[in-house]
Amino acid sequence: MEKPFAITLDVGSSLANKTGSWRTERAVYHDRLPPCNHGCPAGEDIQQWLYEAEEGGEGYERAWRKIMEDNPFPAIMGRVCYHPCETACNRAQLDEAVGINSVERFLGDEGIRQGWRAEPAAESSGKRVLVVGAGPSGLSAAYFLARLGHAVTIREAGPMAGGMMRFGIPKYRLPRDVLDAEVARILDMGVELELNSKVTDVLEPLEAGGFDAAFLAVGAQLGKRAYVPAGEAAHVLDAVAMLHDLETGEKPLLGRRVAVYGGGDTAMDAARTAKRLGAEEAVVVYRRTREAMPAHDIEVEEAEEEGVMMRWLSTIKKADDGKLVLEKMELDETGFPQPTGELDELESDSLVLALGQECDLSLVEHVPDIEVEDGVVSVGSDLMTGHPGVFAGGDMVPAERSATVAIGHGKKAARHIDAWLRGGSWEPPPEPELASFETLNTWYYSDAPRTHRPRLDTVRRQGTFDEVVEGFDETNALFEARRCMSCGNCFSCDNCYGVCPDNAVIKLGRPGELYEIDLDFCKGCGICVAECPSGAIRMEPEEI
Amino acid sequence: MAEQKIKGYQTGTFVVGNRLLDPEQRSTQARTERSNTLTSGHRACQGCGEALGARYTLDAAMRASGGKLVAANATGCLEVFSTPYPESSWQLPWVHSLFGNAPAVAAGVAAALKAKGREDIRVVGQAGDGGTVDIGFGCLSGMFERNDDVLFVCYDNEGYMNTGVQRSGATPPAARTANTKPVGPEPGNVFGQGKNVPMIAMAHEIPYVATATVAEPRDLEQKVERAIGMRGARYIHVFVPCPLGWGAASEDTIRLARLVKETGIFPVFEAEHGELTAVSKIRRRVPVTEYLKLQRRFSHLFKPEPNTEVLERLQAGADRNIERFGLLADDEGADFPGEATDLARPPEKEQGPPPALVEPDTDSNTSMLLKETHGKPR
Ligand SMILES: Cc1cc2nc3c(=O)[nH]c(=O)nc-3n(C[C@H](O)[C@H](O)[C@H](O)COP(=O)(O)OP(=O)(O)OC[C@H]3O[C@@H](n4cnc5c(N)ncnc54)[C@H](O)[C@@H]3O)c2cc1C
Ligand SMILES: Cc1ncc(C[n+]2csc(CCOP(=O)(O)OP(=O)(O)O)c2C)c(N)n1
Ligand code: SF4
Ligand code: SF4
Ligand SMILES: [Mg+2]
Repeated sequence: MEKPFAITLDVGSSLANKTGSWRTERAVYHDRLPPCNHGCPAGEDIQQWLYEAEEGGEGYERAWRKIMEDNPFPAIMGRVCYHPCETACNRAQLDEAVGINSVERFLGDEGIRQGWRAEPAAESSGKRVLVVGAGPSGLSAAYFLARLGHAVTIREAGPMAGGMMRFGIPKYRLPRDVLDAEVARILDMGVELELNSKVTDVLEPLEAGGFDAAFLAVGAQLGKRAYVPAGEAAHVLDAVAMLHDLETGEKPLLGRRVAVYGGGDTAMDAARTAKRLGAEEAVVVYRRTREAMPAHDIEVEEAEEEGVMMRWLSTIKKADDGKLVLEKMELDETGFPQPTGELDELESDSLVLALGQECDLSLVEHVPDIEVEDGVVSVGSDLMTGHPGVFAGGDMVPAERSATVAIGHGKKAARHIDAWLRGGSWEPPPEPELASFETLNTWYYSDAPRTHRPRLDTVRRQGTFDEVVEGFDETNALFEARRCMSCGNCFSCDNCYGVCPDNAVIKLGRPGELYEIDLDFCKGCGICVAECPSGAIRMEPEEI
Repeated sequence: MAEQKIKGYQTGTFVVGNRLLDPEQRSTQARTERSNTLTSGHRACQGCGEALGARYTLDAAMRASGGKLVAANATGCLEVFSTPYPESSWQLPWVHSLFGNAPAVAAGVAAALKAKGREDIRVVGQAGDGGTVDIGFGCLSGMFERNDDVLFVCYDNEGYMNTGVQRSGATPPAARTANTKPVGPEPGNVFGQGKNVPMIAMAHEIPYVATATVAEPRDLEQKVERAIGMRGARYIHVFVPCPLGWGAASEDTIRLARLVKETGIFPVFEAEHGELTAVSKIRRRVPVTEYLKLQRRFSHLFKPEPNTEVLERLQAGADRNIERFGLLADDEGADFPGEATDLARPPEKEQGPPPALVEPDTDSNTSMLLKETHGKPR
């Protein structure tokens, strides 16, 4: 036995002592569902694309491609989406929600600037699908169906693609070059678009045209009429028709003073458009209060900035030449507006009705197994109508009406149509547990107040349809992306690796494989779980 | 060493690593090549703060000294849980002293290395609070007074934990210990006793004194690197929660270390040659009860009724620290841990050239030292 001086016994390593046997609970890496993802009607994996964007440089394209897996319109979404993701964002409980929508717009614009193209379509399935309507829902379905290898033809009644993204949402919120670029990307995938081709009976092309399935997305094109007694000289028009005409080059004659009747986003857009067309006064008349208004706050705020005036708690009794007779309303105990009998006058040269839209469902009238209820088409959870192989989505089915919901329907329908065409069914993957604010350790996040997008000076909004909300430059976008707390998902901060008193967290350092718990030595203290900023680890009881 | 402020990186420098940082800016603990000076299989309790503090400190010291490091360790939990015969968790040359003489043993090792012309090898002495502030205090003060070339580290878990939780000179007022309760009805430690060794070390005017907690490994690492870069007597006092002795949940170790600083109970600062040079600001101030209520050693302050008188006294103690050390950030928001207010830094004493910060060469120290002292590699 040869030993160095003064050492008589071998020193063993404590690695022989597997302290993992003490454990009654083990640490397990576990992805939770970020509330932003949960809140996105198009099912975007926001946390993941922000994670890519946070890296800057080449991360932007990876982020853009991640969005494109769930939504083919990043640049449009970054402008018109009402971003329920931000409403759900956990960071709102810390300082202010992450500016998800601003970053999305930056990425979308970057995609257009750099000419990034959609992923090529999968191998052809040999199936043909008809899409009726080239609004967001139809275009989205076409995109996802093409990705899945199906040949898609869109029949569109109008002269241009986009649906309400073109004929509803005004230019100052969605410049048409952006819309055109994102639509062109879908057509580049080989999707066929037939314009000025209104479908009058859906069964006809299905039977005669050799289509294997159809997706209907005709939207809600008809402005609702309310009965307003009008004198002969009164000038009454409909908001959607007015916005539509403007897009096709007809300038509606509105006069100097314009009243808009309604409290939704369409009312705001109509009033703001009237201002841009030269109206000196644009007054929104709404029968309830601002709080009860269905229009989104940001739209109301921007409208007010532009000088749009509001008449709350008022209904229109009568429209005459040059003036309206209003009746004041009052909220009852249940918060419902009740007439007071008190009358008032409002000078106005024209009255624009913005009381919501209805669907023209004549194309399904002759299909007995398609059910229509409350003016919309009934569908199952797979978005299939009562007629096998005919699916529907967007504004024409019972759901919240927004471009994002419509896009989400397009994606979902594409998956079900694909499964149906292949003789199976598509099951959405089980939803992981929600990454609630309580699962985070927010100590670790830097104090980083939100950056907001600048808005065009109000003077420069008068008389022009220039885009109101400006975009982020790279620095702002990167900063905002990095405010994301990566709720419920590991973002490789190395905290678990650092804080384990037993070195029982192994850092793998390989892409996609981040860390591993060394169960030989994990004593189950739970420090890694407590100190994981994003709540991506949890303790699970050991089977004893 | 300049403090690194990293803004807009989601987590700044709060977390151990950060994938968005240059590898150079990452902490020692974030590196796969960290020494794991105290390796797995040690018998410390679940969630032991002392085991964590020792690894943070010594891994940083190994990195800063290029792997040329020796440690002398007093009796206490750290020694007992790391070296039950025939196993050792230490991955550096390590010598066990008595309970009371670790500073003297470390000073002796440093003297021997000097005699052999091997001052490139750096010496760390380490002990628990009992071994530092009580029984080892005479040796420590001597080591300071002679300005021996040793970095002495105290892992303060506020009691004699290894022998079953007795009171030490670092046990805070009102904390209950297992079997050293004061005479009388109150189970908690009395007010007005105990000593503040970081302040006493400053009074020796040694080159460097710092306090730190296991909640901020980057801050601790920077202090260790700084200390290793200096010569003479240096002292770092690390706050290390003890789940067993404090009656705290094992997962709360770091939370407690964070709260002790955020309440002001434990000021985190640096001093050179007797002058305070920097303090870590409080980021989110909280009342002391937030810290106390997580520990059973203080539970008698909350039931059956809150003992407001004692709680107020404890709060007053924290407020005094906040006032005395200037622990509040002047402006809210721009707060990063380890971000120091630079007070006047006195010129450094002539200490000989500090060793450069180099990466350890892996098979260096053990074999090399043994070769040095015994002539034969193992
Ligand atoms: C003024 C206004 C502003 C809005 N602003 C926003 C906003 O900022 N953000 C947001 O998320 N949502 C907004 N919306 C709502 C959003 O535009 C709609 O929810 C969305 O466009 C619905 O998509 P869709 O594809 O179902 O229908 P649509 O967009 O209406 O598209 C349907 C398409 O089908 C075509 N079509 C109809 N019938 C036939 C037929 N028989 N044959 C062939 N083609 C046919 C139509 O011409 C149209 O192109 C707004 C709506 C309006 C009116
Ligand atoms: C001279 C002497 N007295 C008493 C002991 C018993 N003893 C061993 S460790 C210890 C307490 C250690 O406390 P501390 O230094 O705070 O370290 P901890 O265990 O708390 O980490 C005591 C009293 C001893 N080993 N030697
Ligand atoms: S912080 Fe990030 S992951 Fe969490 S909800 Fe907000 S955007 Fe989503
Ligand atoms: S008693 Fe305290 S200091 Fe000792 S090993 Fe356990 S937790 Fe660590
Ligand atoms: Mg102790």
